[in-house]
Amino acid sequence: MSATLEKGIRVLKEVIDAPIASYFNSCVHCGLCAEACLFYTETGDPKYTPIHKLEPLRRVYEQEYTLLGRLKKMVGLSKAVTDGELDQWQELVYNSCTLCGRCSAVCPVGNDIVYMVRKFREGMSASGHAPEGIKGAVNRTVTVGSPMNVKLPAVQAQMKHVEEDYGIPIPLDAEGAEYMVMLSSMEIMNFPEYLGAVAKIMHQAGKTWTLCSTAFEATNAGIQIGNSDLAKVIVSRIVEGAEKLKVKTVISPECGHAYTALRWEGANLIGRPFTFEVKHIIEVLGEFQEQGLLKTEGFETDKLTFHDPCQLARRGGVIKQQRNLMNQVAKNFVEMPDAGYMNWCCGGGGGASAIEEGEELRLEAFKKKRAQLDAVKPDRLVTACANCRIVLEEGLEHYQMDIPVMGLTELIAEHIPESAPQAAAKPEGA
Amino acid sequence: MNELQFLTWVRGPGLDIAVGIFLLGVLWRLFEIYSLGRKKDLSAPRHASGASGVHTVFRRSLPPPGMLKRSPVSYIGGYIFHIGLAIVVFGFAPHILLVTNLTGLSWPGLPSQFVDLAAVVTMAAMVVVLVDRINKPVKRFLSTFEDWFTWTVTFLPVLTGWMAVQHLLLPYTTMLALHILSVELLLVVLPFTKLFHAFTLFGSRWYNGRVNGHKGVPV
Repeated sequence: MSATLEKGIRVLKEVIDAPIASYFNSCVHCGLCAEACLFYTETGDPKYTPIHKLEPLRRVYEQEYTLLGRLKKMVGLSKAVTDGELDQWQELVYNSCTLCGRCSAVCPVGNDIVYMVRKFREGMSASGHAPEGIKGAVNRTVTVGSPMNVKLPAVQAQMKHVEEDYGIPIPLDAEGAEYMVMLSSMEIMNFPEYLGAVAKIMHQAGKTWTLCSTAFEATNAGIQIGNSDLAKVIVSRIVEGAEKLKVKTVISPECGHAYTALRWEGANLIGRPFTFEVKHIIEVLGEFQEQGLLKTEGFETDKLTFHDPCQLARRGGVIKQQRNLMNQVAKNFVEMPDAGYMNWCCGGGGGASAIEEGEELRLEAFKKKRAQLDAVKPDRLVTACANCRIVLEEGLEHYQMDIPVMGLTELIAEHIPESAPQAAAKPEGA
Repeated sequence: MNELQFLTWVRGPGLDIAVGIFLLGVLWRLFEIYSLGRKKDLSAPRHASGASGVHTVFRRSLPPPGMLKRSPVSYIGGYIFHIGLAIVVFGFAPHILLVTNLTGLSWPGLPSQFVDLAAVVTMAAMVVVLVDRINKPVKRFLSTFEDWFTWTVTFLPVLTGWMAVQHLLLPYTTMLALHILSVELLLVVLPFTKLFHAFTLFGSRWYNGRVNGHKGVPV
């Protein structure tokens, strides 16, 4: 056994807990999880059955943590997990799983399958079986600070642009601000309108906010690859930044996995509860809407639909807010079949979009999204995740569907009047 | 050993051994699984009505939106044979009598003709889900020896019980003895196969619901 394989197996043994043991013992091989997985429904290949993606983990569990399994191992009746096997499983654990969690939502015995995939990735990563694409993203995030090599000057340049375009100052490192706004590299590079939109909305709401020079990148490829040590390094930067600036709330950008990484995994990675709150931008906009701080004018009149990012809705519990926000600015907002809690993934979540060799499969899986869109034939598609947006744009282009995609925050900001009354915009005590 | 001695053995020492293995097996397996524990979730919870472990334990008995249409045989066949088994096991008067003799507990039985019908319907549903397992690529792909074996040990008690009552094929005494033996086989293998989901599914649903309840997602 190679040293890395040994390490991987050791990590797998460490991540196995009572829920995983309970899940493996409950599985009756009914195959219903396959019906919930777009990689199976669109290819018809049984190897993409979610529970099958965990077979090596199941065997480690059986061989190490059950009396019968240990006996079988002693007398040589069980098959040990090998490097070759894990190599083969890379496609199943990464390329064909976006951690979307639909399988966990339908399993009749209640198995949280995606919870297990997340844990299995820890062992895959430790044994050197993670895809190169995500490895690169993690390395860049740890060393440079961003999966796309974005550094502070790039952020500052964008801040300047936004300040010029909107005439609203973008605070940096403002201590005591209520909100610390995070970005994703995708937004800094491809969707600069996000920062402008946030500035406009905060300005109108009269809220104090800031960017942080040591923590602007919210995405966490450490979570996607399944390396908790690196994920911790990445999340710690944000925690340090937020605590240094004494902000009340950190706002996760329009990025699903950044939200999961920060909102649900962050405190567990650093081993203590946060001293600040974490909210997705859509949650914050929802609160502003409820408090009457979001005053918009005019309506979109073309047909709009909304793509729920998995980590925001199914895995994050934010489902109603985006609909209320859509209805505030759109007259003709229609829902796709399965929208909301059971929405289908864009096919590129969980790091999958960073895997070059997975592109063909990703486009195949996109047929599900195409079918959802064909059912309502929208003029435009709105979402709240920059990664979904890129993957959707790629898929739409591939299938020659002329449907522009945009972010919800940006859509809302477009309806905020330029001369919006401004409440106190300075940080308290400044 | 003649048929009467056979019946005496399966009713006496045989039953004791099987029930003993079953009880110790269940306790051991539950300990083996749940003593692994889990880490406390340190992220701040978000409360939402209808989101909790207990909610999920009940809610997962119903198919999520769209799923019934995608796999009708799994759901309908599954409901029929599970409910059918419950009717036959707990509603048949002689079974209740056995439990009363062992534990003192008692409840009213169902009319024997109804139980008869339930047994036939249960067997039919089990055959249908078996055929589905053979026909459906995903199910066939996932199936191992254990799946065919556990189907057999679940089917045999229903079949032999029904045949004993109907006085089919073999003399009543022999068929009854075979029936009890098949139940003993079921009891012995249950804790160590996928049949153990009868116990762990409550834990699994609860864990899943608990994690989602923490996030404020009603599942």
